[in-house]
Amino acid sequence: MVLEFEKPIADLELKLQEMKDLAKGKNVDLSSDIQSLEDKIQNLKKETFQNLTRWQRVQLSRHADRPYALDYIYEITNDFVEIHGDRSVKDDKAMIGGLGNIDGRTVMFVGQQKGRNTKQRQERNFGMANPEGYRKALRLMKMAEKFGKPIVTLIDTPGAFPGLEAEERGQGEAIARNLKEMFKLKVPVICIIIGEGASGGALGIAIGDKVFMLENTWYSVISPESCSSILWRSWDYKEQAAEALKLTAPDMLVNKLIDGIINEPLGGAHKDMKTMSNNIKKAILEALKELDKLKPEKRIEKRIDKFCAMGVVNE
Amino acid sequence: MAWFKRTDKGIKTSTEEKKDAPDGLWFKTPKGNIIHTRELKNNSYVCPDDDYHVKIGSKEYFEILFDGNKFKELDENMTSGDPLNFVDSKPYTARIEATISKTNLKDAVRTGVGKINGLDLVISCMDFNFIGGSMGSVVGEKIARAIDYSLKNKIPFLMISKSGGARMMEAGFSLMQMAKTSAKLALLDEAGIPYISLLTDPTTGGVTASYAMLGDFNIAEPGALIGFAGPRVIRETIGKDLPKGFQSSEFVLDHGFLDFIIDRRQLKNRLTTLLNLLNN
Repeated sequence: MVLEFEKPIADLELKLQEMKDLAKGKNVDLSSDIQSLEDKIQNLKKETFQNLTRWQRVQLSRHADRPYALDYIYEITNDFVEIHGDRSVKDDKAMIGGLGNIDGRTVMFVGQQKGRNTKQRQERNFGMANPEGYRKALRLMKMAEKFGKPIVTLIDTPGAFPGLEAEERGQGEAIARNLKEMFKLKVPVICIIIGEGASGGALGIAIGDKVFMLENTWYSVISPESCSSILWRSWDYKEQAAEALKLTAPDMLVNKLIDGIINEPLGGAHKDMKTMSNNIKKAILEALKELDKLKPEKRIEKRIDKFCAMGVVNE
Repeated sequence: MAWFKRTDKGIKTSTEEKKDAPDGLWFKTPKGNIIHTRELKNNSYVCPDDDYHVKIGSKEYFEILFDGNKFKELDENMTSGDPLNFVDSKPYTARIEATISKTNLKDAVRTGVGKINGLDLVISCMDFNFIGGSMGSVVGEKIARAIDYSLKNKIPFLMISKSGGARMMEAGFSLMQMAKTSAKLALLDEAGIPYISLLTDPTTGGVTASYAMLGDFNIAEPGALIGFAGPRVIRETIGKDLPKGFQSSEFVLDHGFLDFIIDRRQLKNRLTTLLNLLNN
């Protein structure tokens, strides 16, 4: 899949391939042309990706080729054991989790999972968890606390599922409980927005000592589309809504609503999954090193103080 | 028969001299019952004929609950900032200013500290009239400080929710108010101080998904709309009509997320009973 603003790059890449094929087939030396075209592509990429609009970042966060939670987990861990179920209603496949080993250290992973094709997308409910998903997440986090394992959550959701059964089973209560309980966890908690961070559905697993966003993700109280439909009474103002919401990683960092940004490879996370995974792994290990130095009570205190300082009022 | 003969032409009463019934003297409930507003006020704003609970704000709740309507207001002058310089059809600051002058409120929540039937209580109460009772930094901060006051003085906390959810114009900041209020409630938990959450019509979105559902006791007024997603969104998602009574207080009680439903006329006494049970 090629996004609108990626088209000029894709066109040049196609041309480069043709040139390479031509050189090979006819056995002519086009190496200097190829080199200059390659430079041109690289420059165009840099220019494009250094000047992304907010809406373009939203599009990248939803890119069909973008890695999902389990892709990263399998890439950065050994011996990952997936754990299922909330022990009450069912196993929510939009919320995944389990124990894995990063560089010899066992970590509990929790995250929303999207699907790659139609069948998977349905099974994963487009990454929109039901209450049992949030309760499953909490069960896993409590287990991590019991065994003294740090927690890493990977956030990627267009929102908590707005369905009939979700309401019957207390979607609001499930998210609310997670917020409160995550503040009490005695183990280190690291939260990473890897794609979409939509509202309460994202926050329900995003209370942490460190909250990071990948470079091309978004995190806000509402999606630009829904914001447009409510405030502008039309779906057509999503670009303006994205600008107004200031929902990108750099915005959120400037406003001190997150702790850091994890860089993506040029062109986005999906262009180089290995580099991306490595960057994530490095961020996790560095954060753990810092958090390990604090006593659990101190970590909790700092976690609470950090979120309590968020907000701007006049007195 | 001069009686029937109109000697003056036209009606000569000037507009100022006309005797009209003042606006808002009578209230009509959704079921069509009509009640005098004075009688309504004396009845805790509940219609005696059909038990309809009129939507009221912090002023009325404080009047109903605090002994002799006496209370100390906390952070009464806190107003909203505009951290994102948010502009949609009009600038957020203009919207705030217009709402302040229209409603005479500073934002969508007020906190009062006082006594109910002689018992100390901190009450934060939302006002739906202020941009749909939406939760921005002021709402989050005022609730956080109300809980701080509870913690410091070991006084139980009552939260009266009435909100459409988070305030979009504060985007990420408003989202984090869910976290902030929940953090403070975690501290209240640890301190063993009672927290009663009263959900009134309507309580939805980020408010439901944070402090409104975190009470030691979650209670509601009858017939209130309570939910996470709004009914319209759910209808569009599932492509079906919603069952009758879906997301009403009674429905939420039935599914196990409320402790009880309380008629507003009995609210003060029931709260007193509950607080006494916890004290003794």
